[in-house]
Amino acid sequence: MEEMVNVFLFGKKYSVPSNLTIMGAMEYAGYQLIRGCGCRNGFCGACATIYRIKDDRELYACLACQTTVQDNMYVATLPYFPLVKEVYDINKVSPNEQIMMQLYPEIYSCIGCNACTKSCTQGLNVMQYIAYAQRGEFEKCAEESFDCIMCGVCSSRCPAKISHPQVAILARRLTGKYLMPEAKHLTNRVKEIENGDFEQMLEDLMQKPIEEIKELYNTREIEK
Amino acid sequence: MYTSDAMLESIKKVEATRPSRVGVLPERMTADEKEALLSQYHPDYKEDGFEVLQVGPNKGDKVPTELAALLQANSRIPGLNVDLNKVDYDVDVLVIGGGGAGSSAAIEAHENGANVMIVTKLRIGDANTMMAEGGIQAADKENDSPAIHYLDALGGGHYANVPELLKKLVTEGPGAVKWLNELGVMFDKAPDGTMITTHGGGTSRKRMHAAKDYSGAEIMRTLRDEVLNRGIPVIDFTAAIELIKDEEGKVAGAVLLNMETHDVMVARAKTVIIATGGAGRLHYQGFPTSNHYGATADGLILGYRAGAKLLYADTLQYHPTGAAFPSQILGALVTEKVRSLGAQVLNKDGIAFVHPLETRDVEAAAIIRECQDRDGGIETGEGLAVWLDTPLIEEIHGEGAIEKGIPAMLRMFSKYGIDIRKEPILVYPTLHYQNGGLQIAADGQTGVENLYVAGEAVGGIHGRNRLMGNSLLDVIVFGRNAGQHASEKAKSVKVGKLTLSHVEQFAEEMKQAGVESSIVSPKLLPNYTHQKDI
Repeated sequence: MEEMVNVFLFGKKYSVPSNLTIMGAMEYAGYQLIRGCGCRNGFCGACATIYRIKDDRELYACLACQTTVQDNMYVATLPYFPLVKEVYDINKVSPNEQIMMQLYPEIYSCIGCNACTKSCTQGLNVMQYIAYAQRGEFEKCAEESFDCIMCGVCSSRCPAKISHPQVAILARRLTGKYLMPEAKHLTNRVKEIENGDFEQMLEDLMQKPIEEIKELYNTREIEK
Repeated sequence: MYTSDAMLESIKKVEATRPSRVGVLPERMTADEKEALLSQYHPDYKEDGFEVLQVGPNKGDKVPTELAALLQANSRIPGLNVDLNKVDYDVDVLVIGGGGAGSSAAIEAHENGANVMIVTKLRIGDANTMMAEGGIQAADKENDSPAIHYLDALGGGHYANVPELLKKLVTEGPGAVKWLNELGVMFDKAPDGTMITTHGGGTSRKRMHAAKDYSGAEIMRTLRDEVLNRGIPVIDFTAAIELIKDEEGKVAGAVLLNMETHDVMVARAKTVIIATGGAGRLHYQGFPTSNHYGATADGLILGYRAGAKLLYADTLQYHPTGAAFPSQILGALVTEKVRSLGAQVLNKDGIAFVHPLETRDVEAAAIIRECQDRDGGIETGEGLAVWLDTPLIEEIHGEGAIEKGIPAMLRMFSKYGIDIRKEPILVYPTLHYQNGGLQIAADGQTGVENLYVAGEAVGGIHGRNRLMGNSLLDVIVFGRNAGQHASEKAKSVKVGKLTLSHVEQFAEEMKQAGVESSIVSPKLLPNYTHQKDI
């Protein structure tokens, strides 16, 4: 006999096996999920969930696909949160403080309550990366926010109305495009390819009889 | 947390052999050994997992039983009130699917001046691209070339790759990585800007580019941001349930279904791109899957009913290292990068029984053999599994290497009390990738005019087995390619009168062949209600 626990899905009580994730528990209870379910592996942010445990005042946030149910868990999912997403042309912006002031000025209203960090489903130091963004330290913001899955729980808890995940992706794109050094070998290789430098080598290989290709494959040198 | 005595005993053996395994790897298998192993243990060779199609362009070919049931099922159209005279969306290019291929296609079509729209049954970014952890291949280092990349992929694919498609993949690889980098994707780089690249299973050069172990997520969220910046309309929670043709038999749009309200809508388009991804959620042969929730092969059904041919639909990829414990993450991907960084695959006695970087089909078959026939597996409660010795990574690369290189893996297991820096993890093959799919020419077009396909829904690029890192590459290269060609083609297309007669015709063919079905397709979503979470 499986061990069962009581969970309250949107306030309604269900008895479910104790080893299920919250997502598994919802399905066990009979929900055919449409919203609030994406990759089911902790990468897409579709299943942000907030919960309380009976007699505990703390409000917890998690991903439903990555969190095991507990007895007397009160669950509400947050399948969508209205983040502010400003549009910009990545080719026309510059990686300086101006861009943040222009697109997301509310980050300067951060009151330092740290509710964002406390609620992050990925355990990130969200307030810290917002501080980096304020100072125009985009590389640090990018690094600190790198594991963000844009579920939006941080923003739902923010009294300063910041859309943290959108600030973070702007910082990452600026970092990836402008701040990290150019990969010169890549630039060169693309030029060589455009120049047709490898065309003959490939054509020669493609023309070979299959037995010869197999021999080449089976005896090819493998970089250590 | 490991609590069973058998697991704890076995971990002691793993720890005992660890020092002697640093820098020592089992021999790679010969071509003959691989062939013998695959034919006996790989699920693709299991005859009762397949069924021969009786209708459609691939009549006489075998495909997985679960896919056959959907290809030869009833259309959703007869139960609905579809009025083709009432056009809800009228666009140049309609992209079906909001993953990496669909987004890349939409960006390029937009760049080419087309009026392009994305429809997706979930949200943009709910896709296998988001979950690709390990990386993207491209031959951009001094000691590498597109020809070497070609040979690696061809051998890995059992020489079945369509040459012109593979050529495109490897030749446009470096350009694809550059394009992503210029969109702002943060690839792992050395301080001087050199891309940090590693091996994947079956590669002969270190050409795997990564963004920690969030490679696909970093690419997908960047593409999504770009789609939104460009103002490309994304009609989410809306599935395409049938393609529409015009009276000349050219594809001219799709019937759409709002997943929540069940409203039916008509999208007219000059060209259509199917970018619907894979099929892991069909759970072929009962395997768990690493795929996202919507991976139900919808595009294959749509295309097949419209007359597009499938290629290699009988070959699937079982990723050798799916999480096997605890049950909450059964089937979840444990990225190949874990092995690229040095983790070895061990049996219950702590013996490395296979080289960790064989191609995925060989690696998976070796694990299945070890568990089924060599008594090397560890009981998990859900079945047998083998160890992936993650602590070895820090023995090789020093402390901190795991947090820096595979933070997502560290996080996933830590939620269940397993510290992968200190303890090995239990793995078993998981249904990961659809090697086959709809057949295309180098311009991305199927045999049905104005119907294009990109991404995992395409068959042929990878032959009968795909190498790690060639899928992220394929969604970008062939996504962009389809977007460019479909938008160019759209400039000269004049759409005629819309019709769904091909759907009726397919139903008639089924009737003629005596094929009866009690289900409708495309499936759209798996049904897990009242079931265990898998």
